[in-house]
Amino acid sequence: MPTFPALTSPRTLTSSEIAALRADFPILHREVNGRPLVYLDSGATSQKPRSVIEVEREYYERENAAVHRGAHTLAALATERFEDARATVARFVGAREDEIVWTSNATEALNLVAYAIGNATAGRGGPAAERFRLASGDEIVVTEMEHHANLVPWQELAARTGAVLRFIPISADGTLRMDEAARLITSRTRILAFTHVSNVLGVINPVQELVALARSVGALTVLDACQSAPHLPLDLAALDVDFAAFSGHKMLGPTGIGVLFGRSELLNALPPFLTGGSMITTVTMDSAEYLPSPHRFEAGTQRVSQAIALASAVDYLDHIGIDRIAQHEATLGQHLVVGLNEIPGVTVLGPGIGQARVGLASFDVEGVHSHDIGQFLDDRSIAVRVGHHCTQPLHRRLGVTSSTRASGYLYTTENEIDDFLNALADATKFFGVNA
Amino acid sequence: MESLYQEVILDLSRRPHGRGLEDHAAAESHQINPTCGDEITLQLHLEPGTDRIRAIRWEGHGCAISQASASLFSDLAPGLTPADLAARIELFRVAMRSRGTIEPDEELLGDAVALGGVSRYAARVKCAMLAWVAGEQAIILAAAA
Ligand SMILES: Cc1ncc(COP(=O)(O)O)c(C=O)c1O
Repeated sequence: MPTFPALTSPRTLTSSEIAALRADFPILHREVNGRPLVYLDSGATSQKPRSVIEVEREYYERENAAVHRGAHTLAALATERFEDARATVARFVGAREDEIVWTSNATEALNLVAYAIGNATAGRGGPAAERFRLASGDEIVVTEMEHHANLVPWQELAARTGAVLRFIPISADGTLRMDEAARLITSRTRILAFTHVSNVLGVINPVQELVALARSVGALTVLDACQSAPHLPLDLAALDVDFAAFSGHKMLGPTGIGVLFGRSELLNALPPFLTGGSMITTVTMDSAEYLPSPHRFEAGTQRVSQAIALASAVDYLDHIGIDRIAQHEATLGQHLVVGLNEIPGVTVLGPGIGQARVGLASFDVEGVHSHDIGQFLDDRSIAVRVGHHCTQPLHRRLGVTSSTRASGYLYTTENEIDDFLNALADATKFFGVNA
Repeated sequence: MESLYQEVILDLSRRPHGRGLEDHAAAESHQINPTCGDEITLQLHLEPGTDRIRAIRWEGHGCAISQASASLFSDLAPGLTPADLAARIELFRVAMRSRGTIEPDEELLGDAVALGGVSRYAARVKCAMLAWVAGEQAIILAAAA
């Protein structure tokens, strides 16, 4: 069993360090409904430090130009900043620069892979793309805990190609059934797509074991790193996945920027998804040839300010230390489960006390709908997520229609978790939970 | 908080009115709120041989607001003509969308005025409207049948 992280671990963020870094986040100092904001919805989107906000503004004030187009000074400057940002993000996740493709968000990154494989299946990409072509009866394996972003694109790809979708089930504690994974991943499996960390359960999936199963049958691996890249040290080269996706806005960066990671050998063999300007070498009236990765996947005018701001966010995370953030969040996660378990009528979804989880917890309150819980907490200026968190099949599997999720980040304090737990206890009384 | 969750709303969410479907409905409508997964199946029953509503019956799950709202809707409907109910649904919608500027009319909406506070919470208006939208569709379906 994974060990309970020691609360006194020297690596965790101290409360004075957290107080100091909170000063960098302007929004954490505003009031909501007359009280200081307690923001426990970082799993949906994180707040931004002033440095990230300023970098984006300064770019527009001093350097704004289209990248990879034109020869003037600003264009060159913007292009340099844009490519430097790629290098910064690549380093942060253990990748090479040419393995990082900018997208709008993780959803677009996952769709890019699914659509490019669909294009290969339709015959695009020549002999190099042969390895991506799907045939009727091929299988795409995902898990029961996927976010809709890592499920629906595969459903669509299956529908277009005749491939069949299979699901690795979860056990009662929210961990993946690895015995079932070993049974489901067979020579028919062509793609294994799974989340690193569940945005609902908070479990951390065994990436290496899953990749080994996929490798043994020659299947491609696609990792949804949306809930890991912001919260855990991530080394994509070491994890040996083929593709990975994450979103900038969940890791202190702005909206409008996401990342697709792909092993360069694969990205250079994959036909493009979006086509148009900036991704070609030669275009005639009838056809076009494409640039190598990553530019082959970056059609049209790029998200320059967002990429630069995401690199600034990564610098901020680096400066604090992602390993220390992970340690802090492991403590928050345990604090949440322990506290939630003490409130009558509340059931935590996923790993129990002492089992590994990131700094979030989702839960069901017997007889009370999550919207009502969320409304009550909002009245106390506590922001949580309610609903199905884009995981309807997982909620159905767990036998609940919706849940409430509290998710923390580097700026979340133990006091905030206590405020939340106290308010939740009051909410259960207000709505008359009789447990 | 108390203006949103009035006592009658909390009571109805625990002890709903009109819950449970029956045979021989004049029309039935199923509605989903995709943001939270709340669902309702709502039936319109007419008094045999008349154009008056005998009952609204419903089944579903959702938050306290949506559950209480379905109960209040089923309390309001009996004895009205479908056209009259449709007019009141429209009145209710206008009040709900008013961002707290229009108080619902007690004479026409009865106890459903307890939901007046919802209109100040834009994110919850859909919860309050769910049963009423189902009712509106059931009226259209019944007229077409
Ligand atoms: C696990 C997971 N996958 C995918 C996504 C989709 O991210 P985005 O909406 O930024 O594309 C999210 C975020 O909501 C997530 O938590």
